[in-house]
Amino acid sequence: MLRVLVVDQDPDRAEIVEKALRQDPNLSVEVATAGPGHLLDLLRTLEPDILIVDLDLPDRDMIEQLRVATREQPRPIVMFVDQSDSEAMKAAVGAGVSAYVVDGLTAGRVKPILDTAVARFQEFEKLRRELDIARTSLAERKLIDRAKGILMRARGLSEEDAYNLLRSKAMDEQKKVAEIAQSVITASELLK
Amino acid sequence: MRIRAGFIPLVDAAVLIAAADRGFAANEGIDLELAREVSWANMRDKLNIGHFEAAHLLAPLAISESLDPGRPPLRAPLVLSENGNSILFGDETFKTLNTFAEGNLDDPRTSGAALRRLIAARSENGAGKLTFGMTFPFSSHNYLLRFWMAAAGIDPDEDVQLVVLPPPYMVDALTSSQVHGFCVGAPWPSVAVEAGIGHIVHFGTDIVSACPEKVLAVRSGWAEENADCLNRLARALIRATSWCANAENRDELSHLLAAPSRLNLPPYLIERSLAGRVQVDPSGRTRVDPRYLMLDSALTRPDARAALWLYSQMVRWKQLPLDHKRIDAVTACFSPTVYDAALVSLTQRPLVNDGIGAFAGPAFDPADIQGFLAASQ
Repeated sequence: MLRVLVVDQDPDRAEIVEKALRQDPNLSVEVATAGPGHLLDLLRTLEPDILIVDLDLPDRDMIEQLRVATREQPRPIVMFVDQSDSEAMKAAVGAGVSAYVVDGLTAGRVKPILDTAVARFQEFEKLRRELDIARTSLAERKLIDRAKGILMRARGLSEEDAYNLLRSKAMDEQKKVAEIAQSVITASELLK
Repeated sequence: MRIRAGFIPLVDAAVLIAAADRGFAANEGIDLELAREVSWANMRDKLNIGHFEAAHLLAPLAISESLDPGRPPLRAPLVLSENGNSILFGDETFKTLNTFAEGNLDDPRTSGAALRRLIAARSENGAGKLTFGMTFPFSSHNYLLRFWMAAAGIDPDEDVQLVVLPPPYMVDALTSSQVHGFCVGAPWPSVAVEAGIGHIVHFGTDIVSACPEKVLAVRSGWAEENADCLNRLARALIRATSWCANAENRDELSHLLAAPSRLNLPPYLIERSLAGRVQVDPSGRTRVDPRYLMLDSALTRPDARAALWLYSQMVRWKQLPLDHKRIDAVTACFSPTVYDAALVSLTQRPLVNDGIGAFAGPAFDPADIQGFLAASQ
């Protein structure tokens, strides 16, 4: 029986990952939505063999400490990607997930688990985008489409990259995607 | 040419942010796209797999990555900053420390001795270990705390607990009493002082007066394949550094850094750090140190000596063994060749690393003044 701990700031996504992992009868799965600073306690209590974390979790740096300090942690932790191929790492980071395993666990036992988590993260991202789109009004969607077109032409981006750029800018500036889209359109009109 | 670079919200990301937001990169034909990151581990991973071409990185992390056989080696072609850290104690802990002080706490020997007595008293009373936050196992913050404690006879592995927290979470961790204090870069200590919850016990410069801090980090493979692009980026960053170092631009720079997509903090807190005029406790006491956080053209050239000092600290604290192969790798990580080439292309003058830099004539050799003068005729 392998103990898997999933730590994700997004409870909805954690639930999806948990559900998928629970289908494997050889896994015991725990889920936590720990805030910064509590991960060490969780690791001490639960002693997981595999830890799956979302990339935006600030506690990731704390895990790095466990990889170095062996006095603190009797069971050394390594990053899964240390013992695997870089393609797996690219897929994981692209999906926004990372994994740590207890030293000595073979890649063969860990890989399917990470693959499942990566697939669920990707699926969740797709769902979230669809939900984003459904929530925006028709007028806003038109603005976003025009801004996407401008970005695709000006920056040589794919449609998806253009949308992601608008979305991340909106998150950075704590604005709506449609507002960022409007500023792209205004800027491009001024520059004509 | 598009270059994506990650940064952590810290004042020492200033050179990178100025290069992107004030046109220095664009002037070199580079579309520098910055992304704010939440953790150093993310930054490293995204740089490693090519989501980022460049990163604002802890100098010790760039070095330790280059020493890890399982990872692509990194290069630190430019140094972005020196110093900029502070050791801060929470209000209660500082007051207790004060009761153990025999002399002026600004002296790291006095404060260290007081901390040793405080630790001994806690241990007698059965109180738990004091916990201090730092930003990464491979960071100057870790080494500064350890250096200071060890000099006072405190074993940082046994007598206290050091925990890793990303810079923006330090203040929250102090508020929620997860840590008793921390060592972190500007402006986060000022944020804690401003919130009335902490006292800056030491500037990093009290412990080490010229501590290498952040570098521009790139993958060594990328640097080789994109030499022209890196040369342009280096030129942009050299220009941005001069601009940032000019006190006349401090106000504008503070506002650039304060933007929501950058540090998202009040400009006056950032300005304090840039000016080296830092309020150290809630009562309003201010300390001035022109070396508090250095953004300076004279420090941009990577210096292997600084990198090797950081490596020596990794060895001291048993993070890595000492050997010649690693010394060579550290030196390669801090190679000044990219910087030198960029400077030559900017100034259109041959580079003479003799500490004088005359426009003509042989390099100055202090060991052979006569020969130097003869060749100068």
